[in-house]
Amino acid sequence: MISRAGPWRAAGYLVTGVLVGAPLLVGLLVLAVAGAALTPLLVGLPLLALLALAGVPVGAMERWRLRLVDPAPVPAPHRTPDVPGLAAWAGLRFTERATWRELGYAVLLAAVLWPLDLLVLTGAAGIPGAMIGAPAQLALAGDETRVAKLWLIDSYGQACLCAAGGTVLLLALLWPLARYARARAAVARLLLAPRETERQLAEVTRSRARLVAAFEAERRRIERDLHDGAQQRLVALSMQLGLARLDAPPELAQRLAAAHRDADQALGELRELIHGIHPQVLADYGLGDAIADAADRSAVPVELDVELPRLAEPVESAAYFAVREALANVGRHSRARRVWISGRYARGRPGEGRLRIEVRDDGCGGADARAGTGLTGLTDRLAVLDGTLTVDSPSGGPTVLHMEIPC
Amino acid sequence: MLRVVLAEDSVLLREGLVGLLGRFGHEVVAAVGDARALRDAVAAHSPDLVLTDVRMPPGFQDEGLREALALRAADPRLPVLVLSQYVQRAYAAELLGTGDGTGVGYLLKDRVGQVEQFAEAVERVGAGGTVVDPEVVRQLLRRRRDPLEALTPREREVLGLVAEGRSNSAIARELVVTEAAVGKHIGNILGKLDLPPAQDTHRRVLAVLAYLRG
Repeated sequence: MISRAGPWRAAGYLVTGVLVGAPLLVGLLVLAVAGAALTPLLVGLPLLALLALAGVPVGAMERWRLRLVDPAPVPAPHRTPDVPGLAAWAGLRFTERATWRELGYAVLLAAVLWPLDLLVLTGAAGIPGAMIGAPAQLALAGDETRVAKLWLIDSYGQACLCAAGGTVLLLALLWPLARYARARAAVARLLLAPRETERQLAEVTRSRARLVAAFEAERRRIERDLHDGAQQRLVALSMQLGLARLDAPPELAQRLAAAHRDADQALGELRELIHGIHPQVLADYGLGDAIADAADRSAVPVELDVELPRLAEPVESAAYFAVREALANVGRHSRARRVWISGRYARGRPGEGRLRIEVRDDGCGGADARAGTGLTGLTDRLAVLDGTLTVDSPSGGPTVLHMEIPC
Repeated sequence: MLRVVLAEDSVLLREGLVGLLGRFGHEVVAAVGDARALRDAVAAHSPDLVLTDVRMPPGFQDEGLREALALRAADPRLPVLVLSQYVQRAYAAELLGTGDGTGVGYLLKDRVGQVEQFAEAVERVGAGGTVVDPEVVRQLLRRRRDPLEALTPREREVLGLVAEGRSNSAIARELVVTEAAVGKHIGNILGKLDLPPAQDTHRRVLAVLAYLRG
C-alpha cells in the first residue's frame, strides 16, 4: 500500500536504488574478475567465497530500503549461528537457501534493476523537471534554448507554456512512478523475505521461548502464593497448637500433640514442594548457591567446583533445573558413589558469553539422551536458550554431562 | 525477660508470635511488617533481641536477612534471630559471619510450632549464644561425610547437637545420658577432628560450625 507521501518515497526508493546498484555492479565485477583470475594462485578462492556471500549484506541493506515504500517490515530470513565466530557464521550462511536467493537478487540489482530504475526516474521526473525549468534555462541562455535536448524554445511565452506542460506531465507521471516502485519492491520482497517455512520456524522458536517464560512466571507465582498463603497459615496453626498444648489438661494435650504432629508433617511436605517448584535461593543468591543447595540435597555425595557470576534469570533457571535433573538421574540410574559438578562462565560480548556446566559421576554409564528419559526434557529446556547438552556415557561408565548456554 | 522487636509481614504470624513471646514472659516492644520499619523500630527501642523473617516486602526476597545483617554490622552485639521459610546454608553462613557469631540464630520458620524449644532458642540467642537450625546442621554433616566417617553414630549425633548450639546439659537431656558422658563424647569428637579442646560452650559451637562449613 502506498500512502500519500508515496510518490516522493517511491522516487526516493528508486534514487537510492541507483546509488546502491551502480557501486554494487562495480564491486561484484571486481570480485568476480579478481577471484577468477587469482584462483590458480588459491588466493582467489576466498574472494569467490566472499562473492557468494555478497548477497547477505546487500539483502540486509535492501530490506532496510524497502521500508521507504513498504510499511510491513521484512524480517531477515537467516538463522542465528549456534556458536560464535566467523567460520560458524559463514558455514551456516552457505547452507541456507536464503543466502543464494539474496545473491541472485544482488546480481539482478547490479545488472538489471538499477539501470531500469534510472531509466524510469529519468522518464518520470527528469523530462518534466527539465520542462518546468525551461523559463530559467531561457533566462540563462539568452535568446533561445533547447529543453531536454528536444524542443527549441525562443520566447518566454513558449517557456511558460512548456513549464506548465511539464507540471502537468510530472503530476500525471507520479502515479505510474509509484506503481513501478511498488512492483520493484515486490520483486525485492519476493527474493529477500523469509519463505513460509523459514518464517514459521522463526515464529515457532519465538513462541517456544515465550511459552517457557510464561511457564517460568507461573511457577514463581504458584511458589509465592503457596508461601504467602498456605505455608503461613500452617505455621500459625502449628504455633497455636503448640501453645494450646502447654495449657491443656493431659488427655486433651495428647490429642493436641497428635494434631500438632500432623500439622508439622504437612508443613514439612509443603516446604519441600515449594522448594521444588522454584527455590528461593536461586532468586536471592543465583545459580552458584542454588547448585550448592541442590548438591546438599543430593542422595549421592557431590564435589563442587563452581564459580559463577549472576546471570540472566531464564539462564539461571534453565541451568539450575538441568543440574537438578542430572543429579536426580545420577541418584536413580547410575549407582554412582560420587558426583563432580563444575561450572564456569566465559565472558564475551553481549550474547557471546558462555555458561558451561559439567556433571560427572563414577557410576555405571549407559545413559542415552534420546532414550526418552529426563535427559530429553533437559535437552529441550536448554534448546530454548540455544543451549546444548552433550552426554558421554559409555556402558560401564563414567557418565559426563556437558551443558553449554550462550548468555 | 527480653524486649523484642519483631518483623514479620504476615499479620497472622505476627500476632501469633507476639502471643507466644508474651506467654514466655518476653515483651514485644514493636511488631512491624517490613525491613524499613524494622530499622526504625530498632533505632527507636534499642531492644534486647531482634526476631525477623527473611522474606519481606517490598521485594519479597531476602530483605529481612539483609536488614538483620545491616543491624549486626552497625551493632555486632545486638542479638538477632532470623526465621526462614526454608533452609538456606548461604543465609546461615552470612549470619554467622557477623560479630564473630555470637548472639545469632537461624531457624526454620516451622520451628515456632515447637513453642518450648523455640522459646529456649530465643533465650539462648538473647544471652549471646548461637543457634543453628537442625536442618542446616544435617546438610553440613552430609557435606562433610568423608572426614566424619571416623566418628561413631553416637558421636555424630552429639556433633550435630553441638553445631545446633546446644549446651552439654541440653544435649544430655536430649539424648537421655549423663552430662559426663556427653563431655566424653565431645572430647573424642574434638580429638578425632583435630579441633582444639574448649570448655566454653560457645567457642566450641563456633569451632564445630567453622569445621563443618569447611
